[in-house]
Amino acid sequence: MREFELGRAVPRTEDFRLLRGRGRYTDDIALPRQAYLHVLRSPHAAARLRSLETKAAAGAPGVLAVLTGPDAEADGLGTFSSVVQRRRPDGSANFVPPYRVLALDRVHHVGEPVLAIIAESLAAAKDAAELVDIDWEILQSVTETAEAPAAAATVWDEVPDNICFVHEIGNKAAVDAAFARAKHVVREQFRISRVAVNPMEGRTALGVYDEHEDRYVLYAGVQGVHRTRAELAGTIFKMPASRLRVISPDVGGGFGMKGSAFPELALVLWAARKVARPVKWAAERGESFIADHHARDNLSDVALALDERGKFLALRVNTIANLGAFLASMGVHVATNNLGGLAGPYTTPHIHVTVTGVFSNTNPTCPYRGAGRPEASYCIERIIDIAARQAGFEPAELRRRNMIPPTALPYRTGLVFTYDSGAFEKTLDMALELADWRGVAARRAAAAARGKLYGAGLASVIEIAGGPADLPLEEAVEIRFDPTGHAAVLAGTHSHGQGHETMYRQFAAHALGLAPEHVQVFYGDTDLVFHGRGTFGSRSASVGGAAFLGAAQKIIDKGRLIAAHLLEASALDVEFAEGRFTVTGTDRSVELVEVAKAAFVPQRMPRDLELGLDARAVVTPPGPTFPNGCHVCEVEIDPETGVAGIVRYAVVDDVGKVVNPLLLKGQIHGGVAQGAGQALCEALIYDHGSGQLLTGSFMDYCMPRATDLPMLAVASNEVPAKTNPLGIKGAGEAGTVGALPAVMNAINDALLPLGIRHFDMPATPERLWRAIRAVETKKAPPP
Amino acid sequence: MADAIELNVNGKTYRLSVPPETPLLYVLRNDLELNGAKFGCGLGQCGACTVLVGSQAVRSCAYPVDAAQDKPITTIEGLGSPERLHPLQQAFIDEQAVQCGYCINGMVMTAAALLLRDPHPDDSAIRQELATNLCRCGAHTRILRAIARAGGETAQ
Ligand code: FES
Ligand code: FES
Repeated sequence: MREFELGRAVPRTEDFRLLRGRGRYTDDIALPRQAYLHVLRSPHAAARLRSLETKAAAGAPGVLAVLTGPDAEADGLGTFSSVVQRRRPDGSANFVPPYRVLALDRVHHVGEPVLAIIAESLAAAKDAAELVDIDWEILQSVTETAEAPAAAATVWDEVPDNICFVHEIGNKAAVDAAFARAKHVVREQFRISRVAVNPMEGRTALGVYDEHEDRYVLYAGVQGVHRTRAELAGTIFKMPASRLRVISPDVGGGFGMKGSAFPELALVLWAARKVARPVKWAAERGESFIADHHARDNLSDVALALDERGKFLALRVNTIANLGAFLASMGVHVATNNLGGLAGPYTTPHIHVTVTGVFSNTNPTCPYRGAGRPEASYCIERIIDIAARQAGFEPAELRRRNMIPPTALPYRTGLVFTYDSGAFEKTLDMALELADWRGVAARRAAAAARGKLYGAGLASVIEIAGGPADLPLEEAVEIRFDPTGHAAVLAGTHSHGQGHETMYRQFAAHALGLAPEHVQVFYGDTDLVFHGRGTFGSRSASVGGAAFLGAAQKIIDKGRLIAAHLLEASALDVEFAEGRFTVTGTDRSVELVEVAKAAFVPQRMPRDLELGLDARAVVTPPGPTFPNGCHVCEVEIDPETGVAGIVRYAVVDDVGKVVNPLLLKGQIHGGVAQGAGQALCEALIYDHGSGQLLTGSFMDYCMPRATDLPMLAVASNEVPAKTNPLGIKGAGEAGTVGALPAVMNAINDALLPLGIRHFDMPATPERLWRAIRAVETKKAPPP
Repeated sequence: MADAIELNVNGKTYRLSVPPETPLLYVLRNDLELNGAKFGCGLGQCGACTVLVGSQAVRSCAYPVDAAQDKPITTIEGLGSPERLHPLQQAFIDEQAVQCGYCINGMVMTAAALLLRDPHPDDSAIRQELATNLCRCGAHTRILRAIARAGGETAQ
């Protein structure tokens, strides 16, 4: 079992099937008689449906049913809920738009589902869609974040100013006072672009209605099957949750977006009942761009006050967050719940933040790797770099001066969070060493000699995981032995690329001394797993690990009684270690696997014990964790073409106890790729007047590619978390949280000699070229 | 109209009646139940659907089934066997290059064609070959390393 112990670089047990084409993703499941669902979507950003004529489509060859918004109303289908509530300035609760499965009489963004056609084949459904006749009254729309408040266009009549909520936290008076006495005040506006999540597996759903059981089954890649079940059964269909089984098989990437509930999930179930056949829907890529929830998209005014020695006195942030036309399940959460990261690993005593959440005629925004954390880190890390330049400090040194010393932990920051652990300055030092920060000047000079602009940027970041801060969400694990002595681990978390099958096997080796081949891991099925929150917010290792230990302890406790009986000893004298129960001080022992087998044999069991060996635990951690780290990025820009490239990248992370360095580094790589992608090239752009999405394909939307990413240097500074028994902090989002600011700080550092104070993402060749030309034109003497 | 199409996939011969312009991907997935090739975009822009036709890597979502007749087709299911993985499959495991696994078919099959042409590709050749294969999990650098490793192993 040693080779599967925690901390070992264990190869993934899932790869053998995935590499032979034996994964099973939702679209790989084909059921007999399955029909196909096609969604007709709004071509307009804002419009009223004057009339809707579906007769011809309903009569077209192969068509089984045409479903509309009024049909959904008639069948009593509910509207999707928004989990987090905030308030309007007048104290009233924020407006929650009626987020229906199909539009009723008005559409609010391009891509909004209008009607569903179910047919024998996808081609037949699409052909029939051509026969639908809709008379639209096109309305004014607004898509730009900055313009949404007080725009001429109103997304919802109920909210004339398009302001969903205004959320204020921190001590405004203290911040104002600190700014008044500050030696340096630095101010800038930052824009975080809107991005498409774009998992390579587009959203797909297969709905089944079983008349015999009067029960539904949904196959769909989702991040938490129980949450999806609760929302669909409870909120949309208003039926007992036990009448819906949700199965999430292999999932081709989730990144937060597949945690949302979506109309199509409800549509396939509703349609399956209507046509009495399994119904499948699979997003085409162009459809994903206009039908998925988008992410990020905010605009922040950030001001930092410093004293003469560079000590941060106060931070003030005013953000407008674009929520889209509807509220995604966790849309308000993203905009308001992860603001604590603005404090960074620093001692800034006073912080005040105002977030104005606005509606616009765009897709709802949802959690995407980081979910507010990269946005927060970007604001603080970018403004620190600008402050360093303006006030004359070296960027690393300015950070160091303000870092929370290890002796001050646990540390209550100026905003929401209390950090339990960390060694921030050491992590910074390790990163500077790993990156050879001292060598930057020489590399810059060498690049300049080749006519290139060279920039180095760093970011010391920290984020919450396994939250929320006030009351972390619980997680559940069940361990069930079978009569052959093998264990099933049934987890409430969900793996969609993270490698949890391997992780839980490592937990089983660690806590129960079980060999990996003695453990089968299950997740993603509400009929198998009794409870779970799912996988999001970098929580699965820490909270799933705590739940595993909880269940494992119960197994050991009962196993000890059985072992004592088998060994004819007192349970008090039986100890458990490395998979074996031993009578203390003797060589008499029995393996857990043997105990498990005995648990099913009445003759071998104590009379007063229930047969079988299984246990479940639902564990709520006492507090969240705070993964943190330092990223150092170096870029080169060709001033002639505007092409920027990352040439070096180093990360030192503190994700607490490392379960498996291979899995960990994979997560860091992936996170950095997504952060770097947004910084360098990704952006969803809407046409200003029409509200049409202009970047709706892989041709127009730039995804990070193999050629964009250098080999990463990654090292860990393991400081165990104090809020869970394994000391794990979480790693899923850390890469993105650091990469967004580190890459943009590097780009801005490269542009500094040109006199550019701040350049917003994305650093595409075109935008860089324009920015460089603009300053050159300004500097050039008049002809 | 549907014609009789004859395909040789992973060493087996299939006769099917499908319209000749049907993308090969749909035939593999829907008619032959070979699900290793994935639908990522349907437009030849992501690489998830890559298979070998002869020794060429083709994007099967944009490749008419008609054009694949008369040439042996290899999908990831036919690349290695459980007992004897293809060096690329083994290298992807050794480098832990897989995350969600959805893009991996395309990465492996594109690389398989590269190795047939150039058994020891250098880093820039590998990067170039994979330039238009998308991976959202950001597993790129490990994928590059895995291919380089397989190149080395093939050399022995
Ligand atoms: S699915 Fe064929 S290239 Fe994307
Ligand atoms: S491994 Fe998930 S898309 Fe590449």
